[in-house]
Amino acid sequence: MADGKKEFWRWPESRWANPEIDWKKGKLITAGIDVGSVSAQGVIMVDGELYCYGNMRTGSSSPDSAINVFNKATEGTGLALRDVHFTVGTGYGRVNVPFGNRAITEIACHAKGANWMYGPAVRTVLDMGGQDCKAIKIDDKGKVVAFLMNDKCAAGTGRGMEVFADLLGVPIEDVGDMSLSVAEEPPPVSSTCVIFAKSEAGALLRAGWPKEKVLAAYCSAMAHRVLSLLEKVNVEREFAITGGIAKNQGVVKRLTKELGFEACEAKWHNQSYADKGFPFDTQIAGAIGAALFGKALAEKGSR
Amino acid sequence: MITAGIDSGAKNVKAVIMKDGRVVGKAMAPAGLDTKAAAENVYNEALKAAGAEKKDVRKVFATGVGRKSCDCAQGEVTEADADAKGIRFVMPNVRTVIDVGAEEGRAVRINQHGDVVDFAINEKCAAGAGAFVEAMARALETEVEKMGDLYDRSTKEIDMNAQCAVFAESELVSLIHSQTAKADIARAVLNAIGDRIVSMMRRVGVEKDVAAIGGMALNGGFIKAIERELNITIGVPADPQYVSAIGAAIAAAEQRMEV
Repeated sequence: MADGKKEFWRWPESRWANPEIDWKKGKLITAGIDVGSVSAQGVIMVDGELYCYGNMRTGSSSPDSAINVFNKATEGTGLALRDVHFTVGTGYGRVNVPFGNRAITEIACHAKGANWMYGPAVRTVLDMGGQDCKAIKIDDKGKVVAFLMNDKCAAGTGRGMEVFADLLGVPIEDVGDMSLSVAEEPPPVSSTCVIFAKSEAGALLRAGWPKEKVLAAYCSAMAHRVLSLLEKVNVEREFAITGGIAKNQGVVKRLTKELGFEACEAKWHNQSYADKGFPFDTQIAGAIGAALFGKALAEKGSR
Repeated sequence: MITAGIDSGAKNVKAVIMKDGRVVGKAMAPAGLDTKAAAENVYNEALKAAGAEKKDVRKVFATGVGRKSCDCAQGEVTEADADAKGIRFVMPNVRTVIDVGAEEGRAVRINQHGDVVDFAINEKCAAGAGAFVEAMARALETEVEKMGDLYDRSTKEIDMNAQCAVFAESELVSLIHSQTAKADIARAVLNAIGDRIVSMMRRVGVEKDVAAIGGMALNGGFIKAIERELNITIGVPADPQYVSAIGAAIAAAEQRMEV
């Protein structure tokens, strides 16, 4: 937006590096690069331990996004592309990762990543991405058993939420909490289509609804939308939510209320990671899975 | 005998006054926030244009998505029926009519008596409605009305991957970034909505003559996109946005006769 208008949809990018690891002492360094249609994540693992990650918005070029997110993840660590033994690309732009040794679908990577992040008890993963939404059934090894995906319609995806953040002028990271501040739950927005929901929301605002009420109605509509996907795949516990919308409690709380059970806490299954307070980013599951696949492939090939 | 038809659409409200089988007055205004008031206003405007008064009107029928909120109407008629009756009046040989408005798209097949044989409707997804073209025109920094001209200037056929209007908007922005000509993008947009409508037409069966009504019928590029896809000619009557309202006015007259 060249006119200097605040971009309410713009979510905060993040990066983190594990201070306890010296990558130079590592035997096997693998990278997972998840280039989505809206965001890109890079994860570097050293001998199977999380070393660093970066999470940022994608530009119009997938190869550039892949390089940018690698640089973001490794910023200040001195680790360069040539130090990485095996890179797996995943996500929408997986075949356009210039330094990728292999491309693996985001379904497989999210399954593997969620299993590693949330633990082997997870049986259903809901990945709510920027331009798609996936319900994945997995086994205790993080292998995909079944999945359903919507990548045709913005309803139930992060893009839909971004549109609403912009429409209402509410920073996207505040949408969830704000939607939960209503005293009474309004009926969900009735239009499925985001474009029509937008005009419906406009009419509600003009009818005097406060922003938080409109957001509550939209978060509730989104929860309904993904619920039907989950029901079709026969959702089972433990249930983990990954992707950007996992950070939106307005959607998560409404969804789990309808499901009748809670989603896994956004917390490392690895007890020592949790104890040390390593930051947990629900958006990096795909890249983590990719880095784990990279490790397995590198070991198999023992190149 | 004077009757009136009001078509309360998502974006515009249209009113038509008919006297003894002729259109004698019409008016159109944005639906705005208060569709009830908008219907009342266009009805009064149309009466003024016809030089008639409310007391002269035997019956008013309403159609369109907001037909329930037309207080001035004594009866209502479904959109498909209004399309069928209206098109039979303006173009009697038409057997398949598409009506594409701001938030709805329809394909209706009718027989020689003007009865609806089959119809398909999309009111759930913007990808098959005028709202799609509006959103794309905005992203292209042009107006819906200019999309047809842009279509004509296009020299290259490109495909859009996204179906969803929201996703298509992002795709369009990346097309602009990669220096794709505006005209080629406009053509891709009109081809995309054309495809949606064509699939509805195929569902009901395409029988000649074929006509297009509703606001989108004014967009030449959109019409050409469908003509090319189906290899047919599509007729567009004068004032295509009023055809449903005409249908409603005819329905009002017919009911009068039956009583």
